[in-house]
Amino acid sequence: MSSEVLLEVHEVSKRFRVQGRDLHAVEKVSFQLQRGQTFGLVGESGSGKSTLGRLVLKLLEATEGRIVYQGKDITRFTQKQMRPLRQEMQIIFQDPMASMSPRMTIGMAIEDAMIIHRIGTKEERQKRVDELLERVGLPREVKWAYPHELSGGQLQRVGIARALSLRPKLVICDEPISALDVSIQVQVIQLLRELQQDYDLTYIFISHNLAVVEYLSDVVAVLYLGEVVEQAPAEELFSRPTHPYTQVLIQSILKMPRSLEERQVLTPIQGEIPSPFDPPKGCPFHPRCPMAVDRCRTTKPERRLIGPNHAVACHLAT
Amino acid sequence: MVSQPLLSIEDLRVEFDRGEDTVYAVNGVSFSIAEGETLGIVGESGSGKSVTLMSAIGLIRENGRIRSGRALFQGTDLLKLSERQLEDIRGREIGVVFQDPMTSLNPVMRIGDQIMEAMLAHHFCSHREAFERTLQLLHEMGIPEPRARFRNYPHEFSGGMRQRIMMAIALACEPQLLIADEPTTALDVTVQMQILALLEEQRRKRNMAVAIITHDFGVATNFCDRIIVLYAGQIMEVADTGAFIRESAHPYTVGLKHSIIEIGHRAKPLKPIPGMAPTVTEMPRSCSFAPRCPLATERCRNELPQLREIGPGHWVACHRAEEVLADVI
Repeated sequence: MSSEVLLEVHEVSKRFRVQGRDLHAVEKVSFQLQRGQTFGLVGESGSGKSTLGRLVLKLLEATEGRIVYQGKDITRFTQKQMRPLRQEMQIIFQDPMASMSPRMTIGMAIEDAMIIHRIGTKEERQKRVDELLERVGLPREVKWAYPHELSGGQLQRVGIARALSLRPKLVICDEPISALDVSIQVQVIQLLRELQQDYDLTYIFISHNLAVVEYLSDVVAVLYLGEVVEQAPAEELFSRPTHPYTQVLIQSILKMPRSLEERQVLTPIQGEIPSPFDPPKGCPFHPRCPMAVDRCRTTKPERRLIGPNHAVACHLAT
Repeated sequence: MVSQPLLSIEDLRVEFDRGEDTVYAVNGVSFSIAEGETLGIVGESGSGKSVTLMSAIGLIRENGRIRSGRALFQGTDLLKLSERQLEDIRGREIGVVFQDPMTSLNPVMRIGDQIMEAMLAHHFCSHREAFERTLQLLHEMGIPEPRARFRNYPHEFSGGMRQRIMMAIALACEPQLLIADEPTTALDVTVQMQILALLEEQRRKRNMAVAIITHDFGVATNFCDRIIVLYAGQIMEVADTGAFIRESAHPYTVGLKHSIIEIGHRAKPLKPIPGMAPTVTEMPRSCSFAPRCPLATERCRNELPQLREIGPGHWVACHRAEEVLADVI
């Protein structure tokens, strides 16, 4: 693995103007991603994790901040300037069905991106479709099938094959396993891992499933109301979760106990995620935080380092 | 705990027409739920976990039919009742909560009216009492400012709050059994915890039986007294939660357990179950799990394993259950 920096995200923010009000979707997020690494983004619905993925791909324009891809500042790139980079940056969605035409066969769907980017001859593309199907573990006959004839797991493999068809460097995986059954999830995770090693892929892995993010990621950021409240190498973050929100998230996962005595007491956190139109003053998490003190209600905590590469935005973190 | 069965499902078989095929969705499922018990029904998509309970209470899609079986609720066979008789029981003695409240709540009716309607339709109490009880239920379900929220429509609530409203409707007539079909699957983890804690609190308070349909072993093992594992429309294993945790005896259960990624598993290699669950278009004559099973033998491919009791209340449908218990996989 090389230590080449593929992507740098500097203080990126996104605000949407909705009916005359500002919705704070992403607030000043920064991270750096090396080639071959996986950056995990966790957070609950409305945390801004998918928006952030789309900002990186420039499917959305950042309101503030800079996005640097392979040394080039692409923040203000036009669609035309982005065109050659599009091949290198791909996305895998939660619902692959939604991004496929029901009237296109699987083979056509995989070939489509190559046609758009004018890659290869018809014959070469067909050969590539066969290779890709085999690589993602699908029988070759699948290329004659239509999306509705496949299971969710098979469709996600097709989604992966499509993303790989252009030989990308960066792949954004946006909840790619959330809609799948447990036994199929593991298969897809294993496939994503193998592909990463074989093709030196760099991933941004977006999920609400903390355990899966821990499993796959090198570095993890926890988002709450569009802000990174904690960011650290995966092992560090999960062995020493420091932000109260990260702790709450981890405690909310119901693990399978080893005996009846070890069953978890159901301890809910109070309240709900506040409206992103009107984020709380001070720390965004203070209204729900079991440890909040006066200072948290008035002063917004800056992100600071509490260990090597371990950043936390909490006044009380040590 | 009282061990009198409240609901007893016997040899239930449900089929669906799909094009020219018949899909055998439920293939001879039998189990019971005792008063006050919390039962977990676990399985993946297409395992028949929802269809089993929903057809027992008369909620079955148009292309489906019940081939045989009985569903005795307090001695009455629900499968023999008319739609109107079923409506009397559903929502009154049996409450139901679905995964997606948005599709079961009426989008153009104020939520307070929907809760009241649940009581009035069943002549549970007077109009005035229904109003008071609605405010009380909203309060119990943890919805702040019940009086103001009464007048809101479903879209004005978050997913978690809508699930609380569904629970208020399901619990309005004090049912003895609550069927919760993937009640927290669409919710974030912190909200899932809130809803499960609420469900647990209400279950205790009302001494109500709960059947929770879930694909999540974490939810089932932490929340339920007893767990049933379904695969391809058949029961693979039934056990008290303690036995289920310690000594799963079906290779499918063990495979699913190995498929769970938990925090702290970073360095562990994954052990996926190969292949995928079948769509059953022929009446099963052999073990449905055999094509994916690491222990499958000729016998498994030729002879349908029957459920047999291998420990007190611990039933398993596998020819090689003893070996699974002895940790061969």
